[in-house]
Amino acid sequence: MSGHASNNPDPKTAVLWDTEYHGHDVISTRSLGFFMYLLSDGMLFATLFAAYGVLSYQHSYFGGPTPADFVKPWYTFSQTIALFLSVLAYGMGMTALKRRSRGGLINGLLGAFVLGALFLVLDVHDVMDLAAHGITVATSGGTSAFIILTQVHAAHIFFGLLWILVMIYQVLRLGFTTDTVGRLLSLRMFWHFQAVIWVFVYIFVYLWGYMS
Amino acid sequence: MLVDLPGGWNPLLGRLAWSQIPYDNPILAPLFVAVVLGGIAIVALITYYGKWGYLWKEWLTTVDHKKLGVMYIIIGLVMLFRGFVDGMMIRTQQAWAVGPDSSGVFGALHGYLTPFHYGQVYTAHGLIMILLAATPLLVGFMNIIVPIQIGARDMAYPYLNALGLWITAAGAALIMASLFIGNFAHNGWFGYAPIFEIQYSPGVGVDYWMWTLQLLALGTTLGGINLLVTIIKMRAPGMTWFRLPIFVWASLSANIIALTSFPALQVALGLVAADRYLGAHFFTAGLGGNLMLYTNLFWIWGHPEVYFVILPAFGMMSEIFPVFSEKPLFGYITMVLASFAIAGVSWLVWLHHFFTMGAGPDVNSFFSVATMLVGIPTGVKVFNWAFTMYRGRLTFTAAMLWALGALFLLLIGGLTGMMLAIPAINYMVHNSVFVIAHFHSMLLVIVYAVFGSVIFWFPKVFGFKLDEFWAKTMFWLFTGGTVLVFVPMYMLGFMGMTRRLDYVFNTNWHPYLLVMEGGIVVYTLSVFAFFVLLYVSIRDRVKNRVGADAWGTSRSLEWLTHSPVPFYNFAVTPHVNARDEAAWRRANGIAAVQPAKYVDIHMPNNTPVALYIGALTFVLGFALTWRIWWLCLASLVAIIVLMIVRSYRGDPGYIVTAAELERMEREAIARERQVDGSAGEPVVGGAPAVGRPAMAYERSDLPKTSTPPSMGPGAHH
Repeated sequence: MSGHASNNPDPKTAVLWDTEYHGHDVISTRSLGFFMYLLSDGMLFATLFAAYGVLSYQHSYFGGPTPADFVKPWYTFSQTIALFLSVLAYGMGMTALKRRSRGGLINGLLGAFVLGALFLVLDVHDVMDLAAHGITVATSGGTSAFIILTQVHAAHIFFGLLWILVMIYQVLRLGFTTDTVGRLLSLRMFWHFQAVIWVFVYIFVYLWGYMS
Repeated sequence: MLVDLPGGWNPLLGRLAWSQIPYDNPILAPLFVAVVLGGIAIVALITYYGKWGYLWKEWLTTVDHKKLGVMYIIIGLVMLFRGFVDGMMIRTQQAWAVGPDSSGVFGALHGYLTPFHYGQVYTAHGLIMILLAATPLLVGFMNIIVPIQIGARDMAYPYLNALGLWITAAGAALIMASLFIGNFAHNGWFGYAPIFEIQYSPGVGVDYWMWTLQLLALGTTLGGINLLVTIIKMRAPGMTWFRLPIFVWASLSANIIALTSFPALQVALGLVAADRYLGAHFFTAGLGGNLMLYTNLFWIWGHPEVYFVILPAFGMMSEIFPVFSEKPLFGYITMVLASFAIAGVSWLVWLHHFFTMGAGPDVNSFFSVATMLVGIPTGVKVFNWAFTMYRGRLTFTAAMLWALGALFLLLIGGLTGMMLAIPAINYMVHNSVFVIAHFHSMLLVIVYAVFGSVIFWFPKVFGFKLDEFWAKTMFWLFTGGTVLVFVPMYMLGFMGMTRRLDYVFNTNWHPYLLVMEGGIVVYTLSVFAFFVLLYVSIRDRVKNRVGADAWGTSRSLEWLTHSPVPFYNFAVTPHVNARDEAAWRRANGIAAVQPAKYVDIHMPNNTPVALYIGALTFVLGFALTWRIWWLCLASLVAIIVLMIVRSYRGDPGYIVTAAELERMEREAIARERQVDGSAGEPVVGGAPAVGRPAMAYERSDLPKTSTPPSMGPGAHH
């Protein structure tokens, strides 16, 4: 027998089959899986930050423009505020969910969408502006790392916005079901997580780049 | 923004043109004809026997973890065969193209493969063997066995499971497409900067390589999440952490590695894509790029990946040894700790793949010591297996032989690995075939464990055993091939032969290369033995039918349910009382106790959406490879739309009623009674929910009751 034989129950009285067992609830199981996806997303960003770290030496810019030349800290700060307010709006929506208020939730999601879209518009405008000044992924290794890292984050925001729209539709059509509530919780994790990542992007890519 | 390409491009077909089809290649063109004829034959046979509906309903749209696992294993075996053929081509080229006097055909100066074609062959061999043979085989076994071993009905996310399979299949299809449309990468399976940059590799080969890897990484990450959540959330009552079978622990540690390491590969290849498609300078030789950044990023994934594939193999060995030693596994706790120690250290050793980078003595010393540390938990495992067999009642079945073979190979591969961990030795043999022989010893541990597991778990999945004689014949032939190919390879490594030579200049090495070619012939015989094994076993399947406990000495929970496992795994969720539940029930004479009553169970519906999305990821990968932008956009949008539609519809699942369940159970039990005979009338009992007494005292060796005993409190002794 196993090393824990003494812990084994008496075979004469042991429970062998469990008709009443139905497993964990759906939402907790799905949330754990989504949390794990976010862990892998965290590793994705960690790798991109590592690449940025390696490609942010002076020689990585090959004599071309460095973040100290083109980062606009106050402009990017406005992006930060937009994203944080978007997360706040999402949080307000989720408190409305606890009150089972569909209208409150939709308002929160709409607020989160508008503010998130504002973030994305500001981001895209920034990249276009850089391109107009000849700063693209093809300029140097340093600008490649800078632009790809920030735009991978922007892509996450884009898909998050799409997801918010889908959830608005699903909540309007289906109401609060196990599926929709579980997805709203996963989306909340996703949206908060992207804001947390943005804190690192803003500090270590924009501000640090500006200071160096 | 997009890079300018050499060669033609048009908006409709991208870079695709007739000139990209190698119809004039004397090797690929006949192969293409053979593949087309084979494909037509298969389609004709399916149509003739009217099996399309069956195929669609039972396999292509299934979300059953066992069927998905079987399909993973089929993909793995087919790709193992393809990778083997690549290996055979490499060996033949090296046995042929030796010395300036060797002849050349098919446009090659020496041998029969041009250097460019030879480069593609060894690149495909490496990529296929690791990511399309080892990985799907192991993921397939984890898929089939883990849920049954923990007493679950299915994986945590059955639909996601199907998605993972079909994305993996799309990766396999993409690399197969590269055979006949365009060409494949010639930069080795792990790639080198800057040779894979667009200036140096302007063809589509690198793009095929990159997108194949991306698809496989995506599929494996999804599967990893699924397995982790399944193990954490879906365990049956009583299946506490330290009652988990070691294979489940091994899967848990392996999938933690997969979840955390595959993103690094995806980023590394994504950055290669940025270089090749957008003209970025991550890994270019000039303009601020950093060549070694790529190598570091790749191996930060690459080394954990090595342990991602070896840990489940260790888990399989840990299941096979105790069953055929008739003893519980020695050192269960240390086995668990060793698995997690290996998983942890896997993150700290990546630089030993390139000690010659020149990182300096401090860095090299750190990674050298970290690499040697791996030997400690691995040694613990080896000793645990040895002590499991010590004074056991050993039966040398074919499965046991494969597991023993894996043990010996692990010893050889592990000891040569310890040699390579020393930078001073590593500098001498870096990129020599000594390294190749070392990691083939290690990867063959996986192949041995997988074939052992195929034999070991085949009766559980299909209800009949594989033929022992042919399984053993295959084992000895395969082992003969292994010795003949890899012993000379170790010797040539010490003589200084470097890897990936399409022309061998030193004629003194010719005898060794000829012995290796002989080894390949023996390997080929073992492949034939495998086909005979399948044929003979299926022919004699009625004779070889088994009951629930196929080996009579099995230990873990999967051996409690019927063979073949019904689609619902367990009619009633088992309550686990011991670490080796099946062995414990058998020892106490309660193995035949069946549930006293059944209740309705909830199962997920089949869906074709996963298949559609998998097919679309293939289209996306193909369109990206050939830069057909409209098709990229169309397939991406289609994938997103399908996901949204599926999420809106959801899956309510369906109910298997208690009556249906009871009928199916009765049939299964009657079938099994015919096979093992000894069980007699199965006893019922052991179904207490809260407040009910246990029924397990109804022992099979006591006089049988024809009706379930009363459920009242008074029935308790």
